Amino acid sequence: MNGPVRALSAQTVVTAGASLFEDTLTGQGVTTQPVAWSPPIAGTEDAVAAVMLDRRRAAANAEAVRRMTSAKATLVDVRPAAQALGLRRGEFLHAGPPVSWERASGPMRGALIGAVLLEGLAETPEEAEAMLAAGGCSWEPCHHRGAVGPMAGVVSTSMWMLELRDEEHDATSWCSLNEGLGKVLRYGAYSPDVIERLRWMAEVLGPALQAATRARGPIDILAIIAQMVQMGDEGHNRNRAGTLMILKEWLPDLITSGRDPGDVAEVVRFVSGNDHFFLNLVMPACKLMTAAASGIPGSSVVTTMARNGTDFGIQVSGTGDQWYVGPAQIADGLYLGQYGPEDANPDIGDSAITETAGIGGFAMATAPAIVRFVGGSVPDALATTLRMYDLCAGENPAWAIPIMEFRGTPTGIDVTSVLRSGQLPQINTGMAGRVAGTGQVGAGLVSPPMECFVAAIEGLAAAVRP
Amino acid sequence: MTRDIQVRPGAYQDSVTLMQISRELSTRPDVSTVQVGMATELNLEILTQLGFDVPDDASPNDMVVAIDAEDAAAVASATEALDEALTRRPRPSTGLGTGVPAPATIGAAARRGDATLALVSTPGRVAAIDAADALAAGLDVMVFSDNVSVEHEVLLKAWAASADLLVMGPDCGTAVVDGVGLGFANVVRPGPIGIVAASGTGAQHLLALFDGVGLGVKHCLGVGGRDLSSEVGGRSTLAALDRLDSDPDVTTIVVVSKPPAAEVADIVTRHAEGLSTPVVMGYLGAGQPDLTSTAQRVTEAVGMSWTSPPRWGADTPVGRPGFLRGLFTGGTLCDEAMLLAIDVVGTVASNIALPGQPQLAPDLAAVGHTFIDFGDDRLTAGRPHPMIDPALRTERLVKELDSPDCAVVLLDVVLGHGAHPDPAAELAEVIRGAQTPVIVTLVGTRDDPQGLDSQAQTLAEAGAVVHASNAAATREALSLLTEEVAS
Repeated sequence: MNGPVRALSAQTVVTAGASLFEDTLTGQGVTTQPVAWSPPIAGTEDAVAAVMLDRRRAAANAEAVRRMTSAKATLVDVRPAAQALGLRRGEFLHAGPPVSWERASGPMRGALIGAVLLEGLAETPEEAEAMLAAGGCSWEPCHHRGAVGPMAGVVSTSMWMLELRDEEHDATSWCSLNEGLGKVLRYGAYSPDVIERLRWMAEVLGPALQAATRARGPIDILAIIAQMVQMGDEGHNRNRAGTLMILKEWLPDLITSGRDPGDVAEVVRFVSGNDHFFLNLVMPACKLMTAAASGIPGSSVVTTMARNGTDFGIQVSGTGDQWYVGPAQIADGLYLGQYGPEDANPDIGDSAITETAGIGGFAMATAPAIVRFVGGSVPDALATTLRMYDLCAGENPAWAIPIMEFRGTPTGIDVTSVLRSGQLPQINTGMAGRVAGTGQVGAGLVSPPMECFVAAIEGLAAAVRP
Repeated sequence: MTRDIQVRPGAYQDSVTLMQISRELSTRPDVSTVQVGMATELNLEILTQLGFDVPDDASPNDMVVAIDAEDAAAVASATEALDEALTRRPRPSTGLGTGVPAPATIGAAARRGDATLALVSTPGRVAAIDAADALAAGLDVMVFSDNVSVEHEVLLKAWAASADLLVMGPDCGTAVVDGVGLGFANVVRPGPIGIVAASGTGAQHLLALFDGVGLGVKHCLGVGGRDLSSEVGGRSTLAALDRLDSDPDVTTIVVVSKPPAAEVADIVTRHAEGLSTPVVMGYLGAGQPDLTSTAQRVTEAVGMSWTSPPRWGADTPVGRPGFLRGLFTGGTLCDEAMLLAIDVVGTVASNIALPGQPQLAPDLAAVGHTFIDFGDDRLTAGRPHPMIDPALRTERLVKELDSPDCAVVLLDVVLGHGAHPDPAAELAEVIRGAQTPVIVTLVGTRDDPQGLDSQAQTLAEAGAVVHASNAAATREALSLLTEEVAS
């Protein structure tokens, strides 16, 4: 015997299965905690058993949550992708798992066309399209370079990147500057005004933010997220408080930067006029958190959820960089103007990294202001967050939700819990138009396809030591 | 006095939480002031006024901790208390939601409360998943489910052993934990006995026999029928013995099981000898004492007097030619009756045939002296256990009472939590007026919800002979067989 032996007690009993036995316990005055049990997703029973019976799992998942919640994310610089990522002319990054031109969706194609035009590699959209279809350029997922991109997530050499550091785990992540809502490249639009805005961002916005960031010194993004979560932002579809807080950090150094006051005013107007500006800081911060948790043998915690508009891909800690994909779904939500479901492209973007790190849809309870926008009620929002706790291996005490009595956000999606409960992670998302060049058509709620988790459990089971 | 100031970069907490923590820590007897706050200009100014040497490089995103205490040790212990307070998780809240979704997994349920035990009765193919979830959550687990693979059983039990947890089962029909009945369990009174049982109905029979002489049971821990096999190695038996040994209320432990694999028997015996609580081995099998004798031995070992278990009903019926038919819901009761029958009649056919005895065909057609265990896995796949729904057994009873070569029927009726609410009533209907004698083993305690006495009376009034001892019931049934077929 090692140390004191636990006393045998049946004061409180968790019951799973026949309700008869729960009833007999209740009849004896025992407190029961019945499980709303359902069988694991059909066909995964053996793989789920192999992973659940792997004794490393609980500790590995606890370690994954520990690493996620101990990561740092500090904004250290703003610079062009060519410098920051070593991206070369004709090389692009994009959201989600790898995708070929043939399988790429409308908004993904549109964003790549826009990037070709922006970089001056082609004169017209037709020329750009022909060039891309002929294999004249190369592209790979942002995630393969430690970066993240919202919606199409296309990054090209001249785009300026926010650069975040996690000194705790010696890691770096990047994300482009947010263009605003509506007709923008990340939603697949590439009209002249879109390209013109991107040029202004590269010529004025990027350099101004670089100067302010360098003068101000590193900015702790996780601390801002902690505050915004208490100010009604869930960090995915609502980033209003976060945007104002980052602007506040930059403002004195922007003013004293010696740049043209007209440019400074335009920069301030652009950032403060775009409630989603801070999303592009939340995303790389979340990427640093989840990347820190990657590659822990035996861990069934999800470290990436990303979509390219065709496929939804996830990565799981225990199997590192391996993608597990399934078909991207159409979001359920509200549409802008005359648009309807037939106009919407399947789910797209790396922004589900926010849910992977425990905010976005997982922190729905903290953002009652937007629940109607994504088609829900306040009790729905609370219930969503409560449901997500059951899918997660832990909680993040640094991101405390006031209405949940300051309980930390649910953190570290466990693949086994998804398959066993049949419940999918909830993602808050924007919707891109199906046709290249359209832009944003709405916003709503979406879930990953179960296929990703089915594929992941097979991969995890294969990695269980015999 | 010792003053200490620390800056914790990037450790954000809201000011209300930090003020509460500061106030809490300042009440420590060896501390005069603890100030924990974000390093805002205002907070730093306050600290300077309090005489702390504030570092210049602290930013509002950093936490600053200032402690003024008696000595370095007091500072260290206050810091430790602070760390604990900062990582303390608030009570899980359900917010304003009207309905809280039920937890979807055992792990999720365990996180919501202070459970110490999980009861798993999910389908056997996936029950190991739920049991593993319970172990990962730090719970003891009772696996009622059958058809769990032996590979999964070994993995679960090895894990439990390394985590000082207990796996009861798989196929654990009965347990009593601190007086609480789990699964099919009888209502017991508190007492000094701890039982480790590899057999559900064997354990229930012991519980009932002890109750009959007024001996109480604190725990009855089921370990599953395969625990003492060489593959499983008795892991749960050893864990259960340790748990019982460490309970000061338990003064005598009894192990009830089929005879273990030889090497496992050695391990268990040696382990039992190392305990401070005496252990009585109640192995069941050829040449071993029956359950009633074991109950007597244990009763006498704790210094109580033994009285023979009661018998209800008329005088011994008159024997007639033919064969004995045993129709059981409990596997161990069936085994015990077959062992006694083999001693007398030599050959007994069964769907759970003992070694060297004939196995029944899948249609369960009777072959001479025949015993059927209706609780066998193959007969319960896709239907409730016969203790809950005795329809199959009742159907067979009707057939046997009509059968010209059936001399006597031996039955078991098991009472307790989870069992049929009134099993005697249905049987009485069938037995009443039958020409063939019916002998019943009635397993139950005085406080069982069905009522031991009233169940016995119902059966006796219908013409059955009822015994509280399975061995006594079997002996009476055997005594009714006439010479010409009994040989």
